[in-house]
Amino acid sequence: MSELTFTLLRLGYLVLLWVFVLSAVAVLRRDLALRGAPRARKKSDDGAPAAAPAPSSRGAAPSGPTRLVVTQGPLTGTTLPLSGSSILIGRAPSCTLVLDDDYSSSRHARIFPQGDQWYVEDLGSTNGTYLGDQRVSAPTRLGPGVGVQIGRSVVELQG
Amino acid sequence: MSADSTVAPRQRRPLRLAEVFLLLLALAGGMGGYAMVGLSIRDELPDSFWWRSALLAATALVAHLVLRFRAPWSDQVILPAVVLLNGIGLSMIWRLEISGASGMAPADAAGNMTASLLGAVVAFTLLWLLRDHRWLRRYTYIFMLVGLLLVSLPLIPGLGEQINGARIWISVGGFSLQPAEFAKIALAVFFAGYLVVNRDTLALAGPKVLGLHLPRLSDLGPIMLVWGVSLVILVFQRDLGTSLLFFGLFVAMLYQATARSSWIVLGMTLFAVGAVSAARLFPHVGARIDVWLHPLDAEQYDREVGGSFQLVQGMFSMANGGLFGTGWGEGRPFQIPYAYSDFIFAALGEELGLTGLAAILLTYLLIVQRGFKSALTVRDGFGKLLAAGLAFVMALQIFVVVGGITRIIPLTGLTLPFMAQGGSSLLANWIVIALLLRISDSARRPSDLPVRGQVSHEREPVLVGAGAGPDDGTPVAGTPAVGSPSPVPDDGTPAAGTALPRRSVSERDGGGPTGTTGSSDPTEQLDPTDPESPRGGDRP
Repeated sequence: MSELTFTLLRLGYLVLLWVFVLSAVAVLRRDLALRGAPRARKKSDDGAPAAAPAPSSRGAAPSGPTRLVVTQGPLTGTTLPLSGSSILIGRAPSCTLVLDDDYSSSRHARIFPQGDQWYVEDLGSTNGTYLGDQRVSAPTRLGPGVGVQIGRSVVELQG
Repeated sequence: MSADSTVAPRQRRPLRLAEVFLLLLALAGGMGGYAMVGLSIRDELPDSFWWRSALLAATALVAHLVLRFRAPWSDQVILPAVVLLNGIGLSMIWRLEISGASGMAPADAAGNMTASLLGAVVAFTLLWLLRDHRWLRRYTYIFMLVGLLLVSLPLIPGLGEQINGARIWISVGGFSLQPAEFAKIALAVFFAGYLVVNRDTLALAGPKVLGLHLPRLSDLGPIMLVWGVSLVILVFQRDLGTSLLFFGLFVAMLYQATARSSWIVLGMTLFAVGAVSAARLFPHVGARIDVWLHPLDAEQYDREVGGSFQLVQGMFSMANGGLFGTGWGEGRPFQIPYAYSDFIFAALGEELGLTGLAAILLTYLLIVQRGFKSALTVRDGFGKLLAAGLAFVMALQIFVVVGGITRIIPLTGLTLPFMAQGGSSLLANWIVIALLLRISDSARRPSDLPVRGQVSHEREPVLVGAGAGPDDGTPVAGTPAVGSPSPVPDDGTPAAGTALPRRSVSERDGGGPTGTTGSSDPTEQLDPTDPESPRGGDRP
């Protein structure tokens, strides 16, 4: 076997090892990608912020949103009617909306009404609560149709 | 309303395509190494290339199918990583065999391949039969006895064998076994089962000394006993690597169970005391430290027994390998004594270079990371502790071996999992992998817990702020004023939320480096579904 062939084989073998390692890392990242995906989508929506809420908030009722809908994550499709009280979201069984989500904290976030508005507040979660790309650090106003990212799940208020 | 508003999420069984893809790459790595050794040394493919490759591929396929049927949610990276490491290890052992590596027993690739296949068969039979890792918890104290028995077996006259001054082998029907490798697993199961029951008393009851929270002696008794006995036996067997491993396992699992950093401090102190006194008391330990500090001194290098010859040969080997290595079959790794067992890492360093070694270490890291990830995700405390313990002990073993060869720490005789020649090590590590896969399956399986996705309407959550109608008379016992800590119903009763500061604190605990303690509420919830498990803990 010629010197050149062997050198190519030798380096090719190292490339193969690294391809394995990097593919395995890519597989691991898929766990996280599920979390990253909705945020990426939000980014593309930034150009036309009006486009995203439009389909969901059909002619915003005078009394504001009436339900909380899980739009992404393991519980997609779950809805929760809104009453006048706040909603606690997290993994703990005592939460109002119990998420089965590795990336959410036991008591992750709270959505509560004040006046005519709904607000979202992060409760010191490990992975944070996001409105679009913004991490929620203080109680923030939450309009209908705006996705709140909690772990891998996204919830939004709908009319 | 609540019935139809809750939508069950789809539960599709994963197809495990990522695993198939990674397995193909791993097989290419193993077979490629084997082929290149043959091409480089003999200018032709090895005689047995095709059927050995077919055997390796068949093992991988069967393992994949077992996982698909019996553990469909289990982690998809662990198996390919193990197959790759095993393939590389076998190629290197064969490469050393045909160039006549020196050592006590000759390098034996065929024998090692048999051991590896046997290990895979045992592991996947175990995975097939063991439907739930919590079954092991019933036999916590049986595992303690098994562990102690295994550790003490080599001391029995007639059964034990002394090789190179260490009495860690037993010979049964012509086969040599290293029972400590299996004791490691048994003790990990025991520690997990014992600590999951007793961790609260260990963490909370007891005096506080100098700011450190010490546990009560009576709570600690059984563990101390097991640990002390295994250490004493290991010292008598002169196997300090394994005793280091057991000690690390012990400290790490205590820390994982209690989240008390005082364990780390205590463990490190005890370790330092033990290391210094061992170096003073035992000449062979002292010699190891001299070799570690001054390997290139002529006096150390030329010493007949226990000198630095092996270590220095390994260093020369790795230096010769450089960044990209000499290539399979082109180096001279057979000049290192025991290149196929203790020093296989240095041999690989010569032929694959730093680039290859980094890839191999990352592959190990992947396995360990998946173990810890399963520990974080799995819902029952026993599974958390067991997965974290097994992953930690594997990481520690790799660190001790690689650190010894690269002169970060003194050399101790441990085997590199899945690579070094040695049937016991292969078998035991395959069993560890089976357990990790089983735990990762239940960690990632969508849960059937009643809590999942439930939307409660009857209970009123935390009332906050001014405008939330604070006086609508919720039945919550002692609705907490914001800011005042109140007793939290952490046992999962749908009572109420708590005040905010409390929440963030408890969350921070849960998000700590181990994560095994803070999330105890979903953890213990599984136990009622397994009526046997609480009883298992009480068995004397």
